[in-house]
Amino acid sequence: MIALLLRDLRLAVRAGGGFGLGLAFFLILAVLVPLGVGPESALLARIAPGILWVGALLACLLSLDRILALDYEDGSLDLLATAPIPLEGVVTMKAAAHWITTGLPLTLLAPVLGVLLSLPAPAYGWLVLSLALGTPALSVIGTFGAALTVGLRRGGLLLSLLVLPLYVPTLIFGAEVVRRGADGLSVATPLALLAGITLGAAALLPFASAAAIRINLR
Amino acid sequence: MVSSYWEYANPTRFMQTSGWLLPVVAVLAVVTTAVGLIWGFFFTSDDFRQGSTVKILFLHVPSALMAINAWLMMLVVSLIWLIRRHHVSALAAKAAAPVGLAMTVIALFTGAIWGQPMWGTWWVWDPRLTSFLVLFLFYLGYLALWQAIEDPDTAADLTAVLCLVGSVFALLSRYAVFFWSQGLHQGPSLSLQAGERMDMAYKLPLYVAMTGFGLIFVALVLLGTRTEIRARRIKALVARERMG
Repeated sequence: MIALLLRDLRLAVRAGGGFGLGLAFFLILAVLVPLGVGPESALLARIAPGILWVGALLACLLSLDRILALDYEDGSLDLLATAPIPLEGVVTMKAAAHWITTGLPLTLLAPVLGVLLSLPAPAYGWLVLSLALGTPALSVIGTFGAALTVGLRRGGLLLSLLVLPLYVPTLIFGAEVVRRGADGLSVATPLALLAGITLGAAALLPFASAAAIRINLR
Repeated sequence: MVSSYWEYANPTRFMQTSGWLLPVVAVLAVVTTAVGLIWGFFFTSDDFRQGSTVKILFLHVPSALMAINAWLMMLVVSLIWLIRRHHVSALAAKAAAPVGLAMTVIALFTGAIWGQPMWGTWWVWDPRLTSFLVLFLFYLGYLALWQAIEDPDTAADLTAVLCLVGSVFALLSRYAVFFWSQGLHQGPSLSLQAGERMDMAYKLPLYVAMTGFGLIFVALVLLGTRTEIRARRIKALVARERMG
């Protein structure tokens, strides 16, 4: 399973394209929003937590269809499905690889973009922490969406439509952590709920993703 | 004699029984809904504060109720399909989704019309409104997945898995949005717990309208399922023609 993770990471880095795309999108969003809503920093500071979380979510969404599509096309997904390691493990590793190439860089880039959006100082720590806790859930849920649509020719838009409502709780709690952090309120409750969603999704969704892949490969 | 519900898993049995059941349910549905709505609209007094706008309640509450129940019904038949592989249940789930979507749209729409004079706005990001919008998105995604996949059994399987996962997340979203904002929407007016909130003069026509909407739902699902079964039979016949 570790070998599979390393293979996916190497493919993501060397094949290029998908790796930087999400980050670039995140940057573009953080630059465009102030241009659109105006440079007033009080306003930006109020909407920054939400914008950063929405941006991370959309950047994540952008690369979801690449999680399984390439493996499906060249047939390695069939091999992985018949391999001795359980398919549930395979999809977990796929989600982990997606998180390391998308969620983790987004988390690291977010404070820099927070400066652009004049995020209040106490919120930076919570921003990084909430993204670090929340983006794994985005990857796991996204892998489930990718597993549902893996057999389709043009699954991209459908994938977004399927995954969008599933992202609602993660987004709400994630942005709430940052917003409360910015206001200097206690963040314990949303943070715990966010972690709960991530852990619950990581524990249970791989079974659904593996089931969907088995159906699609039938 | 019918010995168990599972006999209706046989499409032929289902077609026979639903053949005579459908017209009965359809007529009952139309009559009950008409009685409920006419009673509610014309034979109840205006609310002392809300005036006659309160009467949209007789459309809003039943449609909202059925929007949620349609999803629950889809969840149950999806489970039946995944566990026992009865095709009728998969087709019933497919038939229920558009009805549920329509009910969700009606509930959102009548809510907006009611909200305008009462709250002074068509839309607020109130928890109940937001969860219904999320439910709407779930229905859209579910239907889109049915449309996108060509093989009927694969489509049935994948949509069933989506329905199960979606139910969990729909529930999560519901509690998440309540955490996120306290809204304008009133609390539940009908409740099993003690304490009267609504006068009988409103409650009775509302119950009739709710029954009517339930019957409409049943009739439309029966009709949709029958259509799907017939469509499959036609497909099988065409395939056989080509082979012959």
